[in-house]
Amino acid sequence: MTKFIIKKLLIMTLTVFLISLAVFFIITLPPGDFMTNYVGRMLAAGERVNQEEIDALRRTYALDQPFFVQFWSWFSRIILKGDFGYSFSLSMPVTAVIKAYIGPTMALSITTMIFTYLIAIPVGIYSAVHQYSFGDYLFTTVCFLGQAVPNFLMAILLMFIAFRMTGDTMLGLFSPKYQNAPWSWEKVLDLLKHCIIPVLVIGLNNTCGLIRTMRSQMLDELNKNYVMTGKAKGMKAAAIRYKYCVRAAVNPIASSIGWSLVNIFTGTTITAIVLNLPSMGTVMYNALINQDMYLAGSWLFLMAIATVIGTFISDVLLAWLDPRARKEYLKG
Amino acid sequence: MGLFKSKNNTHSDEKKSDKYYYASQWGLMARKFRKHKLAMGSTFVLVIFYLTAIFGNFIAPQGTEQYDGKFVNCKPTPVHYFHEGKFVGPFVYGMKTERDPVTFMAQHVEDREKICRIKFFTQGDPGGEYKWLGLFPSNLHLFEAEDGGKIFLFGTDNMGRDLFSRVILGSQISLFIPVVGMLLTVVLGLAIGSLAGYFGGWIDTVIQRLIEVVRSFPQVPLWMALSAAIPKTMKPAQVFMLMTIILSLVSWPGLARVVRSKFISVKKEDFIMAARISGAPGSKLITRHMIPSFLSYIIVDMTMSIPSLIIGETTLSFLGLGLRSPATSWGVLLQETNKLETIMFYNWKLIPMIFVFLSVLAFNFMGDGLRDAADPYK
Repeated sequence: MTKFIIKKLLIMTLTVFLISLAVFFIITLPPGDFMTNYVGRMLAAGERVNQEEIDALRRTYALDQPFFVQFWSWFSRIILKGDFGYSFSLSMPVTAVIKAYIGPTMALSITTMIFTYLIAIPVGIYSAVHQYSFGDYLFTTVCFLGQAVPNFLMAILLMFIAFRMTGDTMLGLFSPKYQNAPWSWEKVLDLLKHCIIPVLVIGLNNTCGLIRTMRSQMLDELNKNYVMTGKAKGMKAAAIRYKYCVRAAVNPIASSIGWSLVNIFTGTTITAIVLNLPSMGTVMYNALINQDMYLAGSWLFLMAIATVIGTFISDVLLAWLDPRARKEYLKG
Repeated sequence: MGLFKSKNNTHSDEKKSDKYYYASQWGLMARKFRKHKLAMGSTFVLVIFYLTAIFGNFIAPQGTEQYDGKFVNCKPTPVHYFHEGKFVGPFVYGMKTERDPVTFMAQHVEDREKICRIKFFTQGDPGGEYKWLGLFPSNLHLFEAEDGGKIFLFGTDNMGRDLFSRVILGSQISLFIPVVGMLLTVVLGLAIGSLAGYFGGWIDTVIQRLIEVVRSFPQVPLWMALSAAIPKTMKPAQVFMLMTIILSLVSWPGLARVVRSKFISVKKEDFIMAARISGAPGSKLITRHMIPSFLSYIIVDMTMSIPSLIIGETTLSFLGLGLRSPATSWGVLLQETNKLETIMFYNWKLIPMIFVFLSVLAFNFMGDGLRDAADPYK
């Protein structure tokens, strides 16, 4: 197991390095370096621009150097100092921006995740146990539709429905009334009400996928011989199902937790933009629109890293739960 | 995946004629595909969508750059057949503008006195000229209302542009970007995947790392970042090309992985060994023997990848990172839906959603049918 983890970790380091190279390439894609952009913005605001100051800033970020030197200056600052650069559109360090928004983003992601698993596992089990029943067909159809609707359309549609039903589009995390109010019971209720749509939208895709996996896993288990043996020995059907089948069927789902979290984490991006939530997605979007590439690039970098870590967790979990996967990997 | 599949397979009691036993692999697949009702229906829908897109300029009453400032945010015009109980054929009532006494918002209401019949195959207004397939100049349109009547089947937007025309013209981009993107993906995925699978060794290792890196990027944010780098001054045609490249750059690793694993498994088959011993060169081995043996799987994979490309294009344009007005795509049309007043007052502007949804669903079902058909010997 240790050998497995070490091998995975080594590959991971290499991947992270390559990812950062790719991210930096994307940062430098727009024509002109970001200083030209910054200067343009200052001129537009009617500020006087001092050529010496600009040159000094250029030197700090090594913008006058070739690509790889620039890259190294950016990369080493992240690794050694945890400094992601400076956001010109928000006039603060990228690290501060991330700190301010990571909380709500994580909270939203984790809430959605809990919701996803709470719904997907029971529904999957129900669908498998009652295969071809009305409920099974209903869930299968809903899942198919749920996977086909793009996230942002779903968000708009739910906003429309919410407006029709309550007269409020449920944008943002709070109603204007509670935006600046001190925390109170009503404010918490208001927050929860506003969480319904985002959680539904972000979670739907993932939930649908999980329900289908759970259903097929459970069906596999239910048709295995040990179920027959249990029945022959006089066990109750429910006991076989919940004590043995569910436990075996839940394995692959448990090991996909890493990927799920990443899915949800990135799924928040579009949804947050549409619903105007204070999450990193909105910040990244504004950064991209303003070509504030350091901020956008850092966010992309963090998400890619999250994906790598998520995959790593999933791999380790899978190897831990299933020795066959571990052996296969070490061999090949 | 077998949605709506009947419980007991009727496969066995079907009369199998000689034709069945002599059918080729592709013949068998077509046979099996035709049995999948939902997939057949979806294919039919898609054929209609694509035909509409190809003849879009003819079917749409307005061109992309036409607008009518007098009819801003106009509700969909109902088409009538009877006037005061008498049959007159398809017609619309004339329109007059009124102000709502309470909200003071301009409203367009039907003028019940004036009947404008709908004519078919008419010469359009000046400004509606187009070149069909970019070659044949014409101004022929499918329908038009007589006497200056206006038909806005899906209403108009905030510049007085006919939404029906825009949906159809938008489909030319929204339905073709994914196809072109998919073809690029196939080329990239096949080339890179077969290199890795055929040669193995260090080439395989390098390509696998590359695939892993690209796959580590969350798809939508990467699309967003790349398309944000497209300069805003570019012409729509160039943006179109760049968008397809961006979409396929992000989606090739999935296909390359499939191709690679297929190559590795097929390399050990006897018929490949036989071809090798008979002296077939490597290139021929790949293109004549190996790729055809799993071509059907690739086709399935590609069909299943189109929905995500449609969603990708729509999402990017919706966010203002892809195509921009006056170029039209479904995503561009949906930009207007993200405004509060649209949801409150102008809900017909949500109509393009239906088309995105239908095309995504249709491709999904078609892919589903193809997947079931891909293995006809099962």
